[in-house]
Amino acid sequence: MTSYLIQGARLLGEQTADILVDEGLIRRVGTDLAAPDGARVVDAAGLVALPGLVDIHTHLREPGREDAETVETGTRAAALGGYTAVFAMANSDPVADTAGVVEQVHELGRSAGWVDVRPVGAVTVGLRGERLSEIKAMADSRAGVRMFSDDGMCVHDPVLMRRALEYVKGFDGVVAQHAQEPRLTEGAQMNEGTVSAELGLTGWPAVAEEAVIARDVLLAEHVGSRVHICHLSTRGSVDIVRWAKQRGIDVTAEATPHHLLLTDERVRSFDPVYKVNPPLRTDEDVRALREAVADGTIDVIGTDHAPHPAEDKECEWSCAANGMTGLETALSVVQHTLVDTGLLTWRDVARITSATPARIGRLGTQGRPLAEGEPANIVLWDPAATTVVDPARHASKGRNSPYRGMELPGAVRATFFRGHPTVLDGALNTPSPDA
Amino acid sequence: MRHLLSTRDLSYDAALTILDTADQMAEVGHRSVKKLPALRGRTVVNLFFEDSTRTRISFETAAKRLSADVINFSAKGSSVSKGESLKDTAQTLAAMSADAVVIRHSASGSPQQLAESDWIDAAVVNAGDGTHEHPTQALLDAMTLRQHRARTEGRESTRGLDLEGMHVVIVGDVLHSRVARSDLWLFTTLGARVTFVAPPTLLPVGIAGWPCEVLYSLDQALEPAPDAVMMLRVQRERMHAAFFPTAHEYAREWGLTPERVAALDAAGASTAIMHPGPMNRGLEISSAAADSPRSTVLDQVRNGVSVRMSVLYLLLSGDDLDAPSTPASPGALIP
Repeated sequence: MTSYLIQGARLLGEQTADILVDEGLIRRVGTDLAAPDGARVVDAAGLVALPGLVDIHTHLREPGREDAETVETGTRAAALGGYTAVFAMANSDPVADTAGVVEQVHELGRSAGWVDVRPVGAVTVGLRGERLSEIKAMADSRAGVRMFSDDGMCVHDPVLMRRALEYVKGFDGVVAQHAQEPRLTEGAQMNEGTVSAELGLTGWPAVAEEAVIARDVLLAEHVGSRVHICHLSTRGSVDIVRWAKQRGIDVTAEATPHHLLLTDERVRSFDPVYKVNPPLRTDEDVRALREAVADGTIDVIGTDHAPHPAEDKECEWSCAANGMTGLETALSVVQHTLVDTGLLTWRDVARITSATPARIGRLGTQGRPLAEGEPANIVLWDPAATTVVDPARHASKGRNSPYRGMELPGAVRATFFRGHPTVLDGALNTPSPDA
Repeated sequence: MRHLLSTRDLSYDAALTILDTADQMAEVGHRSVKKLPALRGRTVVNLFFEDSTRTRISFETAAKRLSADVINFSAKGSSVSKGESLKDTAQTLAAMSADAVVIRHSASGSPQQLAESDWIDAAVVNAGDGTHEHPTQALLDAMTLRQHRARTEGRESTRGLDLEGMHVVIVGDVLHSRVARSDLWLFTTLGARVTFVAPPTLLPVGIAGWPCEVLYSLDQALEPAPDAVMMLRVQRERMHAAFFPTAHEYAREWGLTPERVAALDAAGASTAIMHPGPMNRGLEISSAAADSPRSTVLDQVRNGVSVRMSVLYLLLSGDDLDAPSTPASPGALIP
């Protein structure tokens, strides 16, 4: 295996150092390291070195919707976005609610070799919210599932949610809740507020998210389990999670890049590229989310990368599919909304995009410090670059990027996955040979 | 202006031009030969994804009086119901060289999507989209209101007249009403004051920023008497979704009952009674109200044809609607 000497990177945006990568590990970190024989030198002057990003919330669509994305295309997109691990949500077809399906997804990810693919198991059979799926079988499978979610659907039955929270304690699992009270969101098309009133689109009220989060943090407290909140989108949700954390409840929360940047004003275009669930909210919510990431109330960034084929988006708003792509633009949006605004340092970015998501998903080999002896999962990021987003050039099959045409800061120059550059010189290289 | 998608972005000047032109179009309707050659050779497609016989025949009559060729395209199977996609339908009409597409759709925003897409190049007229807008309905309502104003003020002509100083009360299911939205934007652009009256369940969250007064009591809204009261159609199904308990309770509280009409009479008010139709007699409007001399319901229907002639003529003749009011010259228009 080729070894690599990364020269002159700013570790977590701080001191400049060289990193020697060999045999899948970070062998040495220091200044003026000499390149061993046969080592390839990577000039990283001016680049920020971060631990490889971990996406706690990705839709890879395989099995079932290979027209939208495959594990291969989705993980290429992930590598290009600086990721070395993704958690693949369970709403495939068939649903990832058995050991067989999670092992299939895990194996597809392993043989693709671009990133670690960690399947998320469905909490309930078929995401139907009626009875628990065989959670323990998925945990004990070769996929070693630790995170369970009906994402796309809410586990709305309070008894079922309570049982799931209790059950996963047996193997240190976590339930990731898509918080959406179904009755309050019947037919919902966009955030309920000033804009929905004018556009005549059925509203998705903030309370439908907040009520479920409030219930679930109290359930987690009651049964002594941990709970993860997917794609938190409202100011009220932030207040509830902040309160829960102060109370000592073991809750973690995630925000998507799009909820940190875009608002429901975009819906005035009736362009379904802006249709997403939970919906784009208001300026006030965006501000609250950014502050919550800054003060630690929100723990992680999850992309909720949701690719769709053109035909599912080129139609009337009300029949368009929910979701937007995000893997290849996430770090740019994080820099734009959180770093360039002075809210976060790059060290903080490493925490919210890598270390904490790996910890929540109990993925021990990811999100590690950039230190000697650690797995060489590294992204080299050029914060001075700018990119005009062109979805046609994305590796994802999905062209439904809401940032189309926007100029965003930063660019991935290289991604090392287990010591192998999956991305080099800003372009896709080769998958990891030993994966 | 290439399209008519909403009244929210319709300028004062454009609105007056449409209304003044509609007045001239109305004269055609009074003649024995009700036809102008203005759009001879042009093709207008009525693309209706939602049933609405009234609106469709109004547009059809308007286009035919202007000598356009009219194609009625009843697209029941839209992409909403997993039928042909809006895109394919639009491209089909483009391939048939439609000059204007009049679109009615249950999905809010579809006319705007059609207009802003590269699927079709035709002028798009919104004939009602979901619970968003119904701009020609608002224009015919404004035409009716200014006729009412001219009548009560003893004016000879409505030309150039706006709605400055008028007070219009709009009653009912504002939440689900595209008419209420379009009326609000247009009436306020033309200088009127608007009051919405509804049970709180039938008002949208987010209404606070709208340029209107909001009341829960119809009796309070009718005191002092407004220039017009517009009763919105209430769908009986709404009560099953708990928007109101029973039709009887709705009619008692928010219906234009014989007693409320009598109170207007007793006060000597000149209040016009309007309804966009079709009416639910006995629910939002009593027969006493619908059949009273105050009712402008049939004027509204008549004005609908004139307004739609005006819109089709102005969009297809390529006049700049945002220029100050200059109705098409009568000489050119009416031979």
